[in-house]
Amino acid sequence: MITKEDVEHIGWLARIDINEQEKVEFMEKLNSVLEYFGQLDELPTEHIIPTYHVAEIYNVFREDVIEECLPQEIVLANTEYKEEGTFRVPKIG
Amino acid sequence: MAKWMSVAQVKEQIEESSAEEVISGYLEVIKKSKINGYITVSEKAIEQAKKIDDEGQDGLLAGVPIAIKDNISVKGLPNSCGSRILEGYIPPFNAHVVEKLLVAGAVILGKTNMDEFAMGSSTETSYFGPTANPWDLERVPGGSSGGSAAVIAAGEAPLALGSDTGGSVRCPAAFCGVVGLKPTYGVVSRYGVVAYANSLEQVGPLANNVADIAILMDVIAGYDRRDSTSIDRKMAYQKALVNDVKGLKIGIPKEFFGEGIHPDVEKAVWNSIHKYEGLGATWEEVSMPNIKYALASYYIIAMSEASSNLARFDGTRYGFRNNGENWNAMVSKTRAEGFGTEVKRRILLGTYALSAGYHDKYYLKALKVRTLVKQDFDRALAKIDLLMAPTMPNPAFKIGEKIEDPLTLYLSDVNTCPINLAGVPSISISCGFTDGLPIGLQIIGRPFEELTVLRAAYTFEQITDYHTKRPLEVA
Repeated sequence: MITKEDVEHIGWLARIDINEQEKVEFMEKLNSVLEYFGQLDELPTEHIIPTYHVAEIYNVFREDVIEECLPQEIVLANTEYKEEGTFRVPKIG
Repeated sequence: MAKWMSVAQVKEQIEESSAEEVISGYLEVIKKSKINGYITVSEKAIEQAKKIDDEGQDGLLAGVPIAIKDNISVKGLPNSCGSRILEGYIPPFNAHVVEKLLVAGAVILGKTNMDEFAMGSSTETSYFGPTANPWDLERVPGGSSGGSAAVIAAGEAPLALGSDTGGSVRCPAAFCGVVGLKPTYGVVSRYGVVAYANSLEQVGPLANNVADIAILMDVIAGYDRRDSTSIDRKMAYQKALVNDVKGLKIGIPKEFFGEGIHPDVEKAVWNSIHKYEGLGATWEEVSMPNIKYALASYYIIAMSEASSNLARFDGTRYGFRNNGENWNAMVSKTRAEGFGTEVKRRILLGTYALSAGYHDKYYLKALKVRTLVKQDFDRALAKIDLLMAPTMPNPAFKIGEKIEDPLTLYLSDVNTCPINLAGVPSISISCGFTDGLPIGLQIIGRPFEELTVLRAAYTFEQITDYHTKRPLEVA
């Protein structure tokens, strides 16, 4: 079971602000889903190898050559928060 | 101009008149739409069609219109993913599949509605409001590619692309009575498709009939080095359009006919199996004991991958931004207002499943269960050629009926999500009706054996007329 405080902590980890009312709602809905996930506990999997993906390809390399990329003004075109060729954000701390 | 056309009929129509006229015809139909299937209608469609008329393009889809799900990048058209957080974002590049379509001469009609970031089975979580099912405007079209399936069913496009992470092409195909294919993982490049759960999802074609699905696969499949999970196993898909299933061995996994299945759905699927038997195929029941754990495994993996993939939406480089006194506050407020409730739920659950102390219990456990589910498929498909089952256990439900309870909604993916865990190909075709609502038959094949899946689906269409039925509500 996760608590209201857990929801707040997960919200911080995921960088999503959650208000008091939402904390309660998320707690209830998340718990009902987690309870459903709990059914996996009945299946013994100790010696099973995990499957991260099914593509059966592992390391994909390419030659280390410089390729054309999007020009700076196009990359910056989707935001109004920019300055001297960079994205502008508030201070970190 | 007929409202519902196959690719061949569209091409005939272009021959007789012009691509420009055909495209204007579709744009007229879209203008009168009752279903909210499109988020954006392209203003460049007519211009594109004129160019094809002038240049005499002879590609496989020259002048043929197509609708694109709004999580697949089309240069110059907004790509919202059904979310507020991408407000105002215009992709500066085309997805691989879109590049392929343009080379083949296809005309992009617009971008279709979807559950926010493809998270849902009803298209109700879209920031742009729900899409209605053309067969009953009070019902959902399925999801998450609900817009793509609904516009085909409503005659607002002859072809569409969707994406399928846990059933998002097949579910709406079943609910809207159209055809939808999820290809083998790796066959179609995901470059330019906004990632939700990247180890599970594939771009998939939707159309009115199986032949058009094969044509679209011939255009979009193929190796792309920009997707590191791309696999070079392209086939000549139209070669599968052969009316013959003699000797095919069909497996019926009893776990796909579980508790809560609608009796008419069960009946329609069994009727279909008997039709195949009448055509010379054989069937046997198979058991896939780990399927009952697939849904939980699927959701843990999908949410975990989502929590990582959606971390990029922080208001910095594109889309919606909310101001805050520092970086963390800006990002946290942007994401609080930019994402809808279901997306937040999945990010939170995924973050939890990956967090210290819970990683092994949830994420690692789910990956191990994925191995067991895949082994079930490997075992079953070793002795039979195809699996057949209902796509959805029930017909389309009412708008608003399930949206308040996420778990109930998740459970509707029970027959579609195991396929994504195993990465195998699967198609949904129309196989009957209940109270005027379409029922989908799911045909599942071995990895890279789309040809067998398409052949079985094509043969079914030759002896049935379900795929020719049209919804009266939008006629």
